[in-house]
Amino acid sequence: MYKVIEKTILSENVAKLIIENKTIAKNRKPGQFVIIKMGEIGERIPLTIADADPEKGTITIIVQKVGTSSHKLFNLNAGDHISDLVGPLGQPTEVEKVGTVIAAGGGVGVAPLYPIAKAFKEAGNKLITILAARTKDLIILENEMKEFSDEFMIMTDDGSYGKKGLITAGIEEIINREKVDMVICLGPAIMMKFIALLTRKHNIHTIASLNTIMVDGTGMCGACRVTVGGKTKFVCVDGPEFNAHEVDFDEMLKRLNAYKKEEETSYSKYLKDLK
Amino acid sequence: MSVDYEALKKDRAQEWRENLRKSIPAKERTQVERVKMPENEPLKRNKNFNEVNKGLSEEQAIIEAKRCLDCPTPTCISGCPVNIDIPGFIKQIEKGDFLESAKVLKDTNALPAVCGRVCPQENQCELQCIYNKMKKPSVAIGHLERFASDYERNTGKISIPEVLKSNNIKIAVIGSGPSGLTFAGEMCKLGYEVTIFEALHEFGGVLVYGIPEFRLPKKIVRAEINSLEKMGVKFVKNFIVGRSAGLDELKDQGFQGFFVGSGAGLPRFMNVPGENLVNIYSSNEYLTRVNLMKAYKFPEYDTPIIKAKRVAVIGGGNTAMDSVRTAKRLGADRGAIIIYRRSEQEMPARIEEVHHAKEEGIEFLILTNPVEYIGDSEGKVKQIKVQKMELGKPDESGRRRPQPIPGSEYLIDIDIVVVGIGTSPNPLIPQTIKGIDVTRWGTLVVNEETMQTSIPYIFAGGDIVRGGATVILAMGDGTKAAESAHKYFINK
Ligand SMILES: Cc1cc2nc3c(=O)[nH]c(=O)nc-3n(C[C@H](O)[C@H](O)[C@H](O)COP(=O)(O)OP(=O)(O)OC[C@H]3O[C@@H](n4cnc5c(N)ncnc54)[C@H](O)[C@@H]3O)c2cc1C
Ligand SMILES: Cc1cc2nc3c(=O)[nH]c(=O)nc-3n(C[C@H](O)[C@H](O)[C@H](O)COP(=O)(O)OP(=O)(O)OC[C@H]3O[C@@H](n4cnc5c(N)ncnc54)[C@H](O)[C@@H]3O)c2cc1C
Ligand code: SF4
Ligand code: FES
Repeated sequence: MYKVIEKTILSENVAKLIIENKTIAKNRKPGQFVIIKMGEIGERIPLTIADADPEKGTITIIVQKVGTSSHKLFNLNAGDHISDLVGPLGQPTEVEKVGTVIAAGGGVGVAPLYPIAKAFKEAGNKLITILAARTKDLIILENEMKEFSDEFMIMTDDGSYGKKGLITAGIEEIINREKVDMVICLGPAIMMKFIALLTRKHNIHTIASLNTIMVDGTGMCGACRVTVGGKTKFVCVDGPEFNAHEVDFDEMLKRLNAYKKEEETSYSKYLKDLK
Repeated sequence: MSVDYEALKKDRAQEWRENLRKSIPAKERTQVERVKMPENEPLKRNKNFNEVNKGLSEEQAIIEAKRCLDCPTPTCISGCPVNIDIPGFIKQIEKGDFLESAKVLKDTNALPAVCGRVCPQENQCELQCIYNKMKKPSVAIGHLERFASDYERNTGKISIPEVLKSNNIKIAVIGSGPSGLTFAGEMCKLGYEVTIFEALHEFGGVLVYGIPEFRLPKKIVRAEINSLEKMGVKFVKNFIVGRSAGLDELKDQGFQGFFVGSGAGLPRFMNVPGENLVNIYSSNEYLTRVNLMKAYKFPEYDTPIIKAKRVAVIGGGNTAMDSVRTAKRLGADRGAIIIYRRSEQEMPARIEEVHHAKEEGIEFLILTNPVEYIGDSEGKVKQIKVQKMELGKPDESGRRRPQPIPGSEYLIDIDIVVVGIGTSPNPLIPQTIKGIDVTRWGTLVVNEETMQTSIPYIFAGGDIVRGGATVILAMGDGTKAAESAHKYFINK
């Protein structure tokens, strides 16, 4: 059992949880994630380790509620316990000083982007953060990301906040303005696909962190597999970060939708039971 | 392991046993028909996850036990990888002392309730039983093993083996599959302080994530783990050695010896076009979702599984049989099909599983191999292109090598495919232990006598050494490794 030490609500759908786990706090590196399972009936879900405090023996995760499991996690409070928590999993981010870095995040991808962007800033890069969403209400972690970014931009599809347009328009604007050495993107597969197409055109090294569906997170099942550079890779052990120019995003997009119907069934049941 | 025939002779010479032998003439014993395991009805059981075999009644077990001739040289024992005193435990059943029978089993087998259910007895002890020479079906050793150990568990009178006083030597076991559990039990008896580290959130390895409830109820595995806990073995879950902490860190914590029983958990795919389409699972994923995560109870449980009418499972081993029978239970009533590239004779699955599968309405498409998967607009698999095969000359494994028949391809409509062609060792441990010798298949190199790896204080066994093998061989490795680890620490 792992105790929730602190909870902060960041927005309507996003919460930050500080959880006790000495081993993970000590050994984790940026870009790595954990798998959490809550209770006997819970499923195993991956979450990026946003931060860690080796002295206190705690890790921080930022969760956005999108379905049953993330909602359960969002609803936990300080003092609650998580039955299963395992990690650190995945390959750490190769954080290096490259110059100017764009961190582009959309939708559910913003939460896991946070620690990676922060690590690149801490490594001495110039960090330009671009967050995108359909509409104003869906923008999350604005203040948190702004705090360490050299430049910060928001894009909404409907223009209700920040600039109107797609994230690719924002990225292109910057590329046209100054030399960009690297792009890190995290978000819906479709967004990453178009970012990759754009940066390939400009020949800018681009990393995508892939949020595939996972079960064990240890390389045992293959649920998380994607095609990268023509080869099948397991995101949980070979990733989660890959060269975006080599990822088959169309395939990933389809695989992410594999349980659409079941996810809806589960979530409507959960919301009904909550009442 | 060698059989201690002297000790067996002495046991056999005991008065009660002699009297029991004489009470019924051998001739009469051989006239009794082999017991039939009571089973749930095929067309009902293929819709639920209850255990298929119901177990023998006391009367049935005693009658079956009478068939055993208590041979002066019991050939059956040589067929058992851990050399259980087979006539010894069977004669206790005949005598009616079921708890004592369970004790005899436990002398050499830490998990008899598991082995009684999943061992391929037809290739082991039962193959060597003298009845085969008489052209009669062998004594049902597996059924009797299950009977005695179930009796013990059900009466709640589980005997906990004696444990020597602690010698304060800390030993870490990596993985809680059958090899790790056995090793831990043996070392604990000898006074070592044993901790098992398990990556998943439950203990038991394949016994909990792979083998389905209808073949091996999870409560049985849990009971075995409880016994080990009572003996003093410590269990740490959600701990991946090599990730949560490395070997060096464990050494810093005072662990002096290690046993690697991390299994062969890496799923193999065939690399045919379309294999990453939606609704194509590895058997590991399919079975893990259903067994470990209980997706068959979705949405009561949170983990989903796709339920479909037509499911094809590629492969012919236990994993494939378990997957296809699971698919049937999840509602594949328009076809739950095994696709296997050799013929039925070459199938590595236990005979009982193949037999049960057929009874449950599983179709077998043998001498057939998938060459391509075809998807719909959502990327979901809708068809398999298969190719017919014929058997050529025998290969290294002695089985005739399947060869494709040119021009024999055709399409099968399908909703789900499960690839169950086997697994490889998880590369994490070989990668994280610096300097350990690894074969080109990714298995650990050990001295076959001592199960010692190239690093003297690290022992290994089970599938991480053998590739995919069996529960009993993994357990045998655990026992052997414990014997030699003990020697190592005494001489150190
Ligand atoms: C390596 C990794 C790191 C992650 N880090 C974080 C994190 O730090 N914070 C966070 O909030 N989330 C993170 N995620 C995503 C998180 O795991 C999913 O949001 C969660 O599993 C959804 O479960 P659910 O039951 O709440 O929703 P579900 O009912 O499973 O899904 C609801 C909706 O979310 C979509 N969805 C489901 N799974 C994913 C996924 N893995 N990625 C993207 N969309 C998905 C579904 O298509 C569906 O539309 C990460 C995922 C991965 C693979
Ligand atoms: C579906 C299926 C059906 C089968 N049916 C039969 C059958 O009927 N009869 C039979 O005899 N055999 C059967 N087998 C084979 C048998 O189950 C295996 O040979 C046996 O379980 C191997 O045991 P093991 O001790 O090597 O470990 P495993 O059972 O493979 O377990 C290894 C454990 O180690 C853990 N682990 C791995 N790496 C780490 C790490 N770094 N840190 C911590 N923990 C780790 C894993 O999570 C796992 O729990 C079947 C196998 C499968 C997959
Ligand atoms: S060989 Fe058969 S008959 Fe003889 S002791 Fe073994 S089980 Fe009994
Ligand atoms: S999540 Fe199972 S292999 Fe990656």
